[in-house]
Amino acid sequence: MNNKHVLKPGTYYLQGAQACLEGAIAAGCRVYGGYPITPASEIMEHAAQRIPQVGGRFIQMEDEIASACVLLGASWAGKKAMTATSSPGFSLMQEAISYGIMSETPLVIVDVQRPGPGQGYVTTSQEDVMQARWGHHGEGSTISLAPASVQEMYEFTIEAFNLSEQWRTPVLIMTEETVAHMRERLVVPPIEEIQIIPRKKPQDLGIPPEDYLPWGHDIVAPMANWGEGYNVNHIGLVHLEDGNITQYDLEMHDRCVKRLQAKIEGNVDKIAKVETRYIETCKHLVICYGSVSRTAIEAVMEARESRGLDIGFLRLKTLWPFPEDKLREIIESVDTIFVPEMNLGMMKHPITEALRDRCKKVVSIPSLGSLHTPEYILSKIHEEIR
Amino acid sequence: MSPPWCIGIPHPPLFLPLTPQGPLYIVDRRQNQRTGGRIVTPIERFEIRIAGFGGQGVVTIGKILGTAFTVYEKRNSVNTQSYGPESRGGACRSEVVLSDGEIYYPNVRKADIFVSLSQVAFDKYISGLDEHGTLLIDPNAVTAIPEQNQYKIYKVPTMELAHEIGSLKFQNSVALGALYPLIQGFVKEASLKQALSENVPPKTVDSNLSAFEKGFQHIQKHYKLS
Repeated sequence: MNNKHVLKPGTYYLQGAQACLEGAIAAGCRVYGGYPITPASEIMEHAAQRIPQVGGRFIQMEDEIASACVLLGASWAGKKAMTATSSPGFSLMQEAISYGIMSETPLVIVDVQRPGPGQGYVTTSQEDVMQARWGHHGEGSTISLAPASVQEMYEFTIEAFNLSEQWRTPVLIMTEETVAHMRERLVVPPIEEIQIIPRKKPQDLGIPPEDYLPWGHDIVAPMANWGEGYNVNHIGLVHLEDGNITQYDLEMHDRCVKRLQAKIEGNVDKIAKVETRYIETCKHLVICYGSVSRTAIEAVMEARESRGLDIGFLRLKTLWPFPEDKLREIIESVDTIFVPEMNLGMMKHPITEALRDRCKKVVSIPSLGSLHTPEYILSKIHEEIR
Repeated sequence: MSPPWCIGIPHPPLFLPLTPQGPLYIVDRRQNQRTGGRIVTPIERFEIRIAGFGGQGVVTIGKILGTAFTVYEKRNSVNTQSYGPESRGGACRSEVVLSDGEIYYPNVRKADIFVSLSQVAFDKYISGLDEHGTLLIDPNAVTAIPEQNQYKIYKVPTMELAHEIGSLKFQNSVALGALYPLIQGFVKEASLKQALSENVPPKTVDSNLSAFEKGFQHIQKHYKLS
C-alpha cells in the first residue's frame, strides 16, 4: 500500500469532512465513488484531490445508486472503498446497502445528515438514524457510528473500515452538517500506530480453492477476492454455504439470513461503544449521540453546578447495533431520561424499549434544522424537574 | 479540567468578563514560565463572531484565527460558519470559540467580540453580542448602531484601507489586523501572521500581510489600548 502521501503525524486544524477522508486514507481506502450533495460535498471535494495522490481511484458517478454500487465492485476486487452522501442520496443507496449485507461486502458510507423529508433543507439533522438500521429492505443488521468531533471523524472512519472488514458488512457513519463543517484540532498519530484490521482471507487460513465455501467456515466467512483463483459464487439471493441457490429450502433460507443477523446482533458487546459521565447513582440521565452530545454535556455540567441537579450523561458512540444489554448493565434505576435529538424523537424508541423498567419517564427534546443550545436543553430539563 | 500549566497556580477568575475600560481584560498579571514571561491567563471560554456579506472573507478570518489558536498557540478552538443558500450574498458569519479547556458546545453563546463588515450582518447578529462586548466595525458599511449601548466600539475603515493596498480582496486581512490588538492576550502576532500566510493564495501573502499591518496600525493610532 502506498503510504507516502498519507497525512503526516502532527497537529492540524481541519474540517470534519477533511478529517473523515484523511481517516479513510489512513485506514487504507483507495477507491472513492461518489456524487456530490450538500452538505457532504466537502468530503468528495477533498477525495478528488487526495485519493489520486495516494494512488487510489476517484470516480464521480451519475448518481448515488451507482456511487454505492461502485463500492460493492471495488470491495470484491480487494480494495477498501467509501462514499459520502447526505440524506436524499442516502435513500438512494439503500438498495446497495441491502445487497452489501446479503453479499457480506465490506464498505463504508458516510451520511452527512440534513433535514427532510424530501429535499428538506441543507442544515444539520439527525433524521436518518432510523433509516440507517431499517431503511434497507429485508432483514440483516448494519453497523452505524456517530462521531461528535473532528478528531472522532478521523478515528471513527478508521474504526468503520476496521469493523466493515472484520464483520464483512456495510458500515455507516451517521454524522451531521455540524461536525462535517466544523474546524477543530486534529491530532494525527504515526501511521504505524494506527491499528488496521484486514479482512480474513482463505489463503491466510490455509483453505485450498477446492475446499473453499464463500459463505461458510465460520460466522464471518473468509473472503476471497475476485481473480485470486477461488470460486466465489456471488449472489444477492439467499444461498447455501457454497453459493448454490438451486436447492432452495426453508431451512437453508433460515440459516442464511439468521447468520447475517447473528454475526452483528450477537456481537454487540464487541462492536458497540458508549461513553458515560456522572453516571454513578445519578437520579436523572441525558442520553444522546453525535454533535448533540456536545451541547448536552454542557447542559448537564451546568445543571449539576448551578442547580445541584443529580443528572448523568450517556452518549451512544455506536447507534446500531443498539447496545441494549450495555445500557441495562450501566443503568440500574433512574427517574427521568432526556433524549435530545435533531429529529422529532427517533432513538427515543429503542432507548425506551431497552430501559422500559429502569426509568419512570423518557422525555424527548427535539430540534429541527439546528443544533440545540445548552439553554434550550436546560430549560426542558427544568420544565420536567422542578 | 485545568490546562497543564495551571498546576500549582490557583486560578479563581477563570472566565474573565469584558470590561468597558478596555479590551485587554487580563487581570492576572503573573508571569508565566511556560511562555517565557509572556502573560497568559487560562481562558475558560472566549467567543468571537465575524460577519459580513458572503465573499468578504469572513470565513477565512475564522479559519486563520482558529489555526493560530490551535496549531501555533496550542490552545483549543472550534470554528463554525453559517451555511445554506442564504449565505450567498446575504449575511454570512463565522464563529471562533477559544478555550484552554474542553470546548463542548461549538457555537457562540454570547460573543465577546463581534466584527461586522456589513449593516445586514450587523442587524442580524448584534443581539448575540454580550452587552459589554467589543464591537469592531467598518464605519462606512455599518452606519446604524443602537444609540443606547455599553459596547466598546472600534471603527476601522477596512474597505478604504484595503483599497490602499490595491484590492478589496484584502478587506478581511485588514479586519484581522485590527482585531489582533483586541485579542493579543491570547495570541502572538507571529502565530496570526503564520496562519494568515497559510490560508491565503501564495501570490497574495505579501499584500495580505501589509493589509494586516494597515489594520493593526489604524487601531494603534486611533485608540489607546491599556
